Amino acid sequence: MSESHTSDALQVLTFDLHGETFALEAGWVREVLDLTTETNVPGAAPFVSAVINFRGRVIPLADLRLAFGLERSAPTIDSRIVVIEYDLDGAPTLVGLRADKVHEVTSLEVAETEDAPRVGLRWRSDFIRCLARRDGDLIVVPDLDQIFATKGGATGAVIQLSAA
Amino acid sequence: MSDDPIDTFRQEAQDLLEQIETGLLDMAHRPGDRDLVDAVFRGLHTLKGSGAMFGFDALAAFTHHCETAFDRVRKGEVPATPELVAAVLAAQDHMRALAEGTDASDAEGEALLARLRKAVDAAAGVTVETACVPGAATWKVRFSLPADALANGTRPLPLLDELRELGDCKVTALTDQVPPLEALVPTECWLGWEVILTTAHPRSAIEDVFIFVIDEMTLEIEALGSAPQVTQDHDAPPEALLAAVTREQAAPAPEAAPEAVEAAEVKTTRVGDTVRVPAERLDELMDRVGELVIAQSRLKQVAVSSNEPQLRAVAEEIERLASELRDTMMVVRMVPVAQLFGRFRRLIHDLARDTGKTIALSTEGEATELDKTVIERLADPLVHLIRNAADHGLETPDERMAAGKPATGHVTLAARQAGAEVIITITDDGRGVDRARVRAKAEDNGLIAPGAVLSDNELLQLIFHPGFSTAATITNLSGRGVGMDVVKRTIEGLRGAIEMKSEPGQGSQISLRIPLTLAIIDGLLVRVGPARYVIPLAAVEECVELTVEQDMRSTGRSLLTLRDRLVPFIRLRELFRTGLAPDPHQKVVVVATGQERVGLVVDQILGDHQTVIKSLSAFHDDVETFSGATILGDGGVALILDVSHLVAAGQRQDAQLRAAG
Repeated sequence: MSESHTSDALQVLTFDLHGETFALEAGWVREVLDLTTETNVPGAAPFVSAVINFRGRVIPLADLRLAFGLERSAPTIDSRIVVIEYDLDGAPTLVGLRADKVHEVTSLEVAETEDAPRVGLRWRSDFIRCLARRDGDLIVVPDLDQIFATKGGATGAVIQLSAA
Repeated sequence: MSDDPIDTFRQEAQDLLEQIETGLLDMAHRPGDRDLVDAVFRGLHTLKGSGAMFGFDALAAFTHHCETAFDRVRKGEVPATPELVAAVLAAQDHMRALAEGTDASDAEGEALLARLRKAVDAAAGVTVETACVPGAATWKVRFSLPADALANGTRPLPLLDELRELGDCKVTALTDQVPPLEALVPTECWLGWEVILTTAHPRSAIEDVFIFVIDEMTLEIEALGSAPQVTQDHDAPPEALLAAVTREQAAPAPEAAPEAVEAAEVKTTRVGDTVRVPAERLDELMDRVGELVIAQSRLKQVAVSSNEPQLRAVAEEIERLASELRDTMMVVRMVPVAQLFGRFRRLIHDLARDTGKTIALSTEGEATELDKTVIERLADPLVHLIRNAADHGLETPDERMAAGKPATGHVTLAARQAGAEVIITITDDGRGVDRARVRAKAEDNGLIAPGAVLSDNELLQLIFHPGFSTAATITNLSGRGVGMDVVKRTIEGLRGAIEMKSEPGQGSQISLRIPLTLAIIDGLLVRVGPARYVIPLAAVEECVELTVEQDMRSTGRSLLTLRDRLVPFIRLRELFRTGLAPDPHQKVVVVATGQERVGLVVDQILGDHQTVIKSLSAFHDDVETFSGATILGDGGVALILDVSHLVAAGQRQDAQLRAAG
């Protein structure tokens, strides 16, 4: 998946998490849901602390804010769950991702994207696949492989390279 | 049904080979049993025929030789000696390879055939106890074939030819069933035959002529002359008996007017009407039933909260139907473990040959049923455990004699149902686990520190550690490093558990506890704090109230006196860190696995719930408290408690507290 940002255009779904804009490959997205009843799983990693009922299936609900050390803001009328189908250890798995606000499906041009800088960012750089600039805004394309494999860095501390 | 005829043939071949194998193995105990010989012969014959039809020429040619050999056994020319049976067993593996189209070398086939020929020749030298009746007898044979016999490929002429080979024949065609010309369908067979046969061969030889068609046809064999009418030979195949019974029912006075028996009207009962369905379809159906059960619980909730009596009536009706459908579905998926155990007889046969030990396998509780998926996934672990028992567990006959034990080693495979679990045990009466060797090996591998103090149980548990193998010499059979840890993982993947007991010098026993099904269970819905959980109902022993007194007293050690027994309990509220004040009247749900019990303190018992088990994703693999999740009537999700894990945790906690004083 690491090479796909070199293709001409990346179709993505953009959404907000605590004021930052993130983008997910549109091909993974199955559905965008309104908030629904969540069931906490005691003892689970905070990154995937709950499960939801998605069309008769029980799927994990992941919170990318925890992977990026962002504050968890209270749910608003704009809060959504983005359901993606992602290959987890060879098995296609449905995962719900929390979003504070979902924007649009758009394409990011290669010219707009750049590899994650090593410094100047308060997030773990291995969690970021690439960054894109658009109308002066920075869009973060997270590296879900890394994030899911470490369960959002459940054990590892978030590296703070510079103050926010 | 599969559309590919090749696949269909492979499935059929699989069944036939299994049938042949069972027959051969049974023959070891009952060498003279004609029914067995016939069953094996028929299996071989059908395999050859179908093989040729589907273009498996190599298979057909190879099987032909085995069939020929067995034909001689059937005719009583050679006895079924153990060597002969073993040779055909070995050949049967080759047939399987040929049917699968996998690595079956011609050279191997030639070697097998040579072995077979040698066995037949050796057997031919042995005097055969002949079943022939001396002197000729005259028989009246009447037979007719079903109307569609010709369309199905049965040809009456070779049957008549074969009868002629037995002796003098006078054949008369019976035309009374032939319909008028305008109603006659030329491809249907309405003719019957009456044959007056004088032969020195016994009655069974005549029956053998019809061996492949006897299920569908009507056949009457009557002794003529001074001999009294023989009703049935005791050694006739059961099908013939059945045909005879049916015939007698149709014509209660056979002596009065045999001609009155309308052959075409006599129908033989078809035994065992079964339908072959691909397993995926069953799984799909199971999913649909699961969804229906969820929708039904939603309907129930709507109905309960409404005042519409008609809606309530319909909802109750649907609840009943859904529950019955679920039960039926479960039964459809259940297969007896006999299917699984049957495979191991062959394994033991081979193991005995390869190790030079004398091994007897006995099985118990073969009628115990398990979900089909579970059975399939149990096969590999059981093979491994049985190999271990035979290879590591049992001693050689000499060693056994020296230890004052019978020379034959026993391996017992038993299954029984206990609540919602099936317990499968593999017991051997061998030397037992050598503790000293286990310890030395574990120290060598760095699994434990040298001289570490371990309880006996902990020591035995080391066997399940990855990469552990105690076989001093690595044999073909076991001790290849992949071992008990894989077995343990597979069993745990089935939400089961594995336990081991071993007495030095007396043998070992491994018990597998396997849940009956992976799909739907009856559950008890409880509430802890704001969340709801499901406890598998089969594990629930009783529900009691947690009195204020018990609640207060048991702050340190959580114990409950239940009918003079102390039962440790776990406060789920604390375990799940709900952080809320408990309800004033908490309940204790007492759950058990085997002998061990533990109480689970909950806030409220909500009632029973038909639980469709949904597995949790890989994200929650590390959460051992829950074995899965289910969807409730209101669309919410409830987690299913893993009872065996909780019981173990409760016992551990109790042991720690006790040790701490």
